[in-house]
Amino acid sequence: MTSSTQAHHGGSLLSKHHILERNPILLVIGILIMVAIGGLVEIVPLFYLKSTIEAVEGMRPYTPLELAGRNIYVREGCYLCHSQMIRSLRDEVERYGHFSLAAESMYDHPFQWGSKRNGPDIARVGGKYTDSWHVAHLTNPRSVVPQSIMPSYGFLFETPLDTRALVANVATNREVGVPYTDDQMANVMNDLKAQVNPDTPEAAALIKRYPKAVVRKFYPGSPEVTEGDAVIAYLQMLGTLVDFKQFDDKANLR
Amino acid sequence: MSEPVQLDKVSGQTTTGHEWDGIRELNTPLPRWWLWVFYACIAFSFVYWIFYPAWPTTSSFTSGVLGQTNRTAALADIAAAQAVRAQMAAGLEKASLAQIAGDPKLLELALAQGKAAFGDNCSPCHGSGGQGQKGYPNLTAGRWLWGGTLDQIQATITHGIRAPNDADTHASAMPSFGKDGILKPEEIRQVANYVRTIDGVEPEQGVDVAAGKKIFLDNCAACHGEDGKGNIEMGSANLTTKVWQYGNDISDLIYTITYARNSVMPAWGQRLDPETIKSLAVYVHSLGGGR
Ligand code: HEC
Ligand code: HEC
Ligand code: HEC
Repeated sequence: MTSSTQAHHGGSLLSKHHILERNPILLVIGILIMVAIGGLVEIVPLFYLKSTIEAVEGMRPYTPLELAGRNIYVREGCYLCHSQMIRSLRDEVERYGHFSLAAESMYDHPFQWGSKRNGPDIARVGGKYTDSWHVAHLTNPRSVVPQSIMPSYGFLFETPLDTRALVANVATNREVGVPYTDDQMANVMNDLKAQVNPDTPEAAALIKRYPKAVVRKFYPGSPEVTEGDAVIAYLQMLGTLVDFKQFDDKANLR
Repeated sequence: MSEPVQLDKVSGQTTTGHEWDGIRELNTPLPRWWLWVFYACIAFSFVYWIFYPAWPTTSSFTSGVLGQTNRTAALADIAAAQAVRAQMAAGLEKASLAQIAGDPKLLELALAQGKAAFGDNCSPCHGSGGQGQKGYPNLTAGRWLWGGTLDQIQATITHGIRAPNDADTHASAMPSFGKDGILKPEEIRQVANYVRTIDGVEPEQGVDVAAGKKIFLDNCAACHGEDGKGNIEMGSANLTTKVWQYGNDISDLIYTITYARNSVMPAWGQRLDPETIKSLAVYVHSLGGGR
């Protein structure tokens, strides 16, 4: 290719690029084809390859209270500082626990993997701290971690949880593939209240519908269900559903 | 505008044949080094397809002759690190806590590992040096709720205190004397003042401390002991050490007695592996309060 004169007038296929370059419509069509190939190869297989989501036991849809907490997590932009994605790297596994599995965000719409860690990864924060620590920390992070740069979210504990859209929210999740059962759908508001009322028949029914659900009044400082209750219910279940003593790494290598 | 391709005299290149108001575009070829890098990248991608996972198939994907995946890599990495550590420690996992404490090499390793794990897991509650803060006990002061020997510390860390998800957790509860109407507010003030005197602090003026002492012996001594020194069988605090988890201001004491705190310490046995917990026990023990 020393001389482009040759390229222009030579007959080989490679030298025909100026046909595309000089015809905008053809160029656009060519670009679309190239991008489509990339998309087909990288994205489409994720929808049909069974092996991209490993089989794990324990995953279940969010309880109504957890789902409400998750919505607040999204609303407040917690994902801008916290990831929920423990990468398969030694230092991450040693600090945060077993690397995250695709199945663990199976019912997340949208997923909260995040891409920035001003704060630590919280994919497995469930059970790591107590409710009262979370209350103190969310109200004023500096009260428990003096060097923290996390903003204060004290208003969560003064704001009653707005549940008007919750039934529709659960229905929408089912629409996009989260397997809420009819039984779960019919009990959204009951289950919401049951999760902050331990030792009641309703709470027992909730745990039956949502195994491993944590039932407590997460913020005892208010008799009402506050936004803070919902956020802590969500934080306390993160990463607790899959039992990694039962999970076979070898069988699920990919 | 198109015109015939021409030779540009200054640069020696041909033009593209485009002309705009007398301005022509040179058809300068790509630098040669750039082209070769480009071809090399294309060649590399073919090699990559052979060795690494690349193309989807109908039911799986081409896994590449190396069979490499991020997960195998991570697991191998972790195993390698564990092997190195196992060598260094000659089996931290096999040694008993007492053996670790007696062997300088093991001790050094356990302290380093314990310190790192403490920073990741414990310092948000107990403070970065274990000094504690209001509501979270000071681990450096030698006042223990549940005991300060290596074994006792290990048991506390493994099973937690009032941890809802551990059947073997330390369980005990101080009654809410005010909330449940066991004592009247006046009596609570009296006993709170008595508690201050056994810790060597001046009581409030005009409060009947002798009445407070009687209330203490009747209501509190069963758990805290007649002398107020506590009982590690039930995690009841020693009230005579000048070390306070919830403060000894009169308002703090009244709150504690009225509502009872009964704080929760999470159980770590399900989250951390046994070696890490051993290292943590050794580290906590070394903070100054170990028995
Ligand atoms: C400006 C960035 C920022 C935002 C936004 C933020 N955080 Fe944090 N978060 C941090 C930092 C930094 C830390 C570590 C220091 C600390 O513990 O406070 C942290 C720590 C935490 C922890 C403790 C994690 C652990 O394992 O120690 C939790 C839980 C948490 N944040 C929850 C939240 C929630 C819920 C929200 C949204 C309501 C939120 N954060 C928003 C920066 C942020
Ligand atoms: C969510 C906050 C929290 C975290 C995180 C936490 N602790 Fe605690 N810890 C407590 C509280 C609260 C108590 C006291 C419980 C009580 O009042 O009976 C306690 C008590 C203890 C005790 C018993 C002290 C005694 O006097 O007997 C030890 C030992 C201890 N913690 C070690 C640890 C270690 C090691 C870690 C990290 C793996 C840790 N803690 C993480 C809250 C926490
Ligand atoms: C059933 C046993 C029990 C009885 C009875 C009891 N306590 Fe306690 N007390 C405890 C336990 C257990 C703790 C530590 C638990 C915790 O952290 O909340 C504690 C903690 C305390 C503390 C907090 C110490 C600190 O470091 O801040 C004070 C003060 C106290 N008790 C005072 C009293 C007084 C006064 C009475 C009687 C009116 C009383 N207690 C009766 C079990 C008891």
